[in-house]
Amino acid sequence: MYTRIYFLRYPKETSDQPIIYQLVKQYDVEFNILKADIRPQRDGIMILELKGNKENVREALAYLKGLGVRAERLAAKIGRDERKCFQCGACTGICPVGALYVERPTMEVRFDPEKCTGCGLCVTGCPVRAMHVSFDQLPDEDVVTTV
Amino acid sequence: MSEFVVNKTYAEINARIKAGEAVVVTAEEMIDIVEKDGPVEAARKVDVVTTGTFSTMCSSGAFFNFGQTIPTIKAQKVWVNKVQAYAGLAAIDFYLGATEPAEDDPLNKVYPGEFRYGGGHIIEDLVAGKKVFLEAKAYPTDCYANRKCKREMTLADFPHALLCNPRNGYQNYNCAVNLSDKTVYTYMGTLKPKCRNANYCSAGQLSPLLNDPLYRTIGLGTRIFLGGGIGYVTWHGSQHNPAAPRGKNGVPLRPAGTMMVQGDLKQMSADWLRGVSIQGYGCSLAVGLGVPIPILNEEMARFTGVSDAEIFTQVVDYGHDYTNGIARTYGEVSYAQLKSGTIEVAGKKVPTAPLSSYVKAVEIAELLKKRILEGSFLLAEPVASFPTVDFSFDK
Repeated sequence: MYTRIYFLRYPKETSDQPIIYQLVKQYDVEFNILKADIRPQRDGIMILELKGNKENVREALAYLKGLGVRAERLAAKIGRDERKCFQCGACTGICPVGALYVERPTMEVRFDPEKCTGCGLCVTGCPVRAMHVSFDQLPDEDVVTTV
Repeated sequence: MSEFVVNKTYAEINARIKAGEAVVVTAEEMIDIVEKDGPVEAARKVDVVTTGTFSTMCSSGAFFNFGQTIPTIKAQKVWVNKVQAYAGLAAIDFYLGATEPAEDDPLNKVYPGEFRYGGGHIIEDLVAGKKVFLEAKAYPTDCYANRKCKREMTLADFPHALLCNPRNGYQNYNCAVNLSDKTVYTYMGTLKPKCRNANYCSAGQLSPLLNDPLYRTIGLGTRIFLGGGIGYVTWHGSQHNPAAPRGKNGVPLRPAGTMMVQGDLKQMSADWLRGVSIQGYGCSLAVGLGVPIPILNEEMARFTGVSDAEIFTQVVDYGHDYTNGIARTYGEVSYAQLKSGTIEVAGKKVPTAPLSSYVKAVEIAELLKKRILEGSFLLAEPVASFPTVDFSFDK
């Protein structure tokens, strides 16, 4: 089973289409919507976890691309400023999915972007604001077709 | 006739440091040495044990003198980067507290507040070499005629800057949980309802006062690592409470001793003084602190050989009890348990998170060790002791 979390940006023309339904029906992928903000006639965003065999996930993403939905790995949108982080560990009690965790026995505070669901709780929870989640801008090569 | 088998003086240890012969280990390394060799042999072998801690310490701040203006001024109110300082001192002296938020901060009006910038951040900005904006207001007198002053300044422009923290390095601290049914935002971090997480804040076996639990060597005049530079212990800290209950090893089972520390801010670094924003609570300063402990005898070896499994603290409810001044404990846990990532509270497994950086605590203890081994850091014998209680391992 292949699992990845994507950040999707919906153009306003697609906001009234049952895209997720098609993903399930045609490509046999499991999905989990972690966050969605889609309104009629507006650009929308969605954080979507896709689970399935690798080929299906690849085809599902190609289908999204064909509709003009830009998909990007969520992991690329989340980051930690290593110069700011002083490894206190406060975030590890806040992160609901264990993406921020303590490595034992060294007690180093680690961040695994692959596990992150983009909830953003760590951003204001971090005492030195070392974590950032940026959903505002997409980089140039924003369309992911390979997984 | 001394009650100890091994007896060393500060002068002897300093002579060994100067000669490059001193044996210096961190408090972490000392655990194995004492366990393997026993306290007497460990005391013969080791001269100094270094400790370290790096965490938010709210009772922190700095005294500044900003230099006179022409005409002269007796500043009555002072702001630095819109953060108010206390200026009720002589003409151009002020104290900037770590937890003072910027004057236009929305505080908890938008709950939980973010507290993005405050006194602690200014201290970090200054040691990082950044410019700050100073504003002063005054009433004129015959000797101080100026009514106001506005200046951009760097740390180098202040004739005097002294980090002066009335309470740092708490000897042990509560493990915080929240037994209420709503999330609380505390100085002990975000606590989920119904005891779904537990936060703790101590370097445990590396923490200075946990390695000298009866304050035998840490006292007035002890030279320490402070914010990256050299500082001194200048008094016992506020809320210092030697009478707290203790275990058989002399280590307190709840918050007990504290230190007041001072040092020249100009030799400190932004690596070891960090402004912090604690959601829903406020601004503060994370302070890097390290204290060298001379192994004067086997008792000090035994004290510094303490490990996380032998240091205990209390589980305290911050959802209701703490706020209402109710002294109630929901169990005693060791730092070994806390550091394992899970503790048990009332039969339920609860995940733990640290608020004190163990990684940085190790770094400080290593850095201090290096400085002592190089001969650039000598031990200072205290001129007076902290209030303490009677204790002996034999009783």
